[in-house]
Amino acid sequence: MLLRFLVKGVESLSYLIAFVVGGLICVIGQLWMDLTRASITPAHILVGFVTVGAVLSAFGLYQPLVDFAGAGATIPLSGFGHSLAQGAIKAVQQKGLLGAFAGGIEATAVGIAVAVVFGYVIAVLFNPRS
Amino acid sequence: MNGNVEQQQEQEERQEEYRLLVDEIEPKHNIVKNCFFAFLVGGSICLIGQLFLTFFLTQGFGFNEAAAVTAGTMVVIGAFLTGIGVYDEIGRIGGAGSIVPITGFANSIVAPAMEYKREGFVFGVGARLFTVAGPVLVYGTLISCIIGLIYFLLY
Repeated sequence: MLLRFLVKGVESLSYLIAFVVGGLICVIGQLWMDLTRASITPAHILVGFVTVGAVLSAFGLYQPLVDFAGAGATIPLSGFGHSLAQGAIKAVQQKGLLGAFAGGIEATAVGIAVAVVFGYVIAVLFNPRS
Repeated sequence: MNGNVEQQQEQEERQEEYRLLVDEIEPKHNIVKNCFFAFLVGGSICLIGQLFLTFFLTQGFGFNEAAAVTAGTMVVIGAFLTGIGVYDEIGRIGGAGSIVPITGFANSIVAPAMEYKREGFVFGVGARLFTVAGPVLVYGTLISCIIGLIYFLLY
């Protein structure tokens, strides 16, 4: 019974699709690093993916990818951009102008708080290897 | 004045030569191999994410909630693997495959904070947590507000 979700995912090919789509999104990042200047850092990659993901999402182009690939589309940082954009759009529908400013942060607040809290705890508890 | 301009041109030419020389000497990345490992590592991380997502969906979460909890779980895993030094190894193999997933975001938060801990809890840990996360949040907030405002004007 515990493994029911495992079987369910294998039957629907969702694991394979998440692997392939997520992998391909990472290849885009790798090509960006390898084919452009050496001064491209992980920070540039992450900022780029969030921004591009948000813009694609605003045009309604990212949701179909999420529907198709699940975690393959939400785990790459472009999925974070998608949450920001959809949060802003939904909040405008509910609260108007205020929502334009609140929506993105509200939708991603849990993720940001988890990242800060656990990032802090781990950074304090562990020391770098070398 | 004229001499100055010539000097400047000469200098620019020399800089151009130097740039070409650097391009020549710099080791060429093996792009195909890099992309293969980025695909493998990035895909595997997303596959693990899909395992969690499927699990949370069967626990009665809606899709958006399940996706958020999955992202949180992956952040915790990424932060922990960074703490014990394993994520660096994954990064050496995976390149962008370890940067683009949200575990890479967690890595970019923990690694500098851990590295600069001796600078204190405010400017060491506190500030360095946001070395990479800071720009991501700045541009993320900017773009989401711009999208919200445009949508508000069109809505």
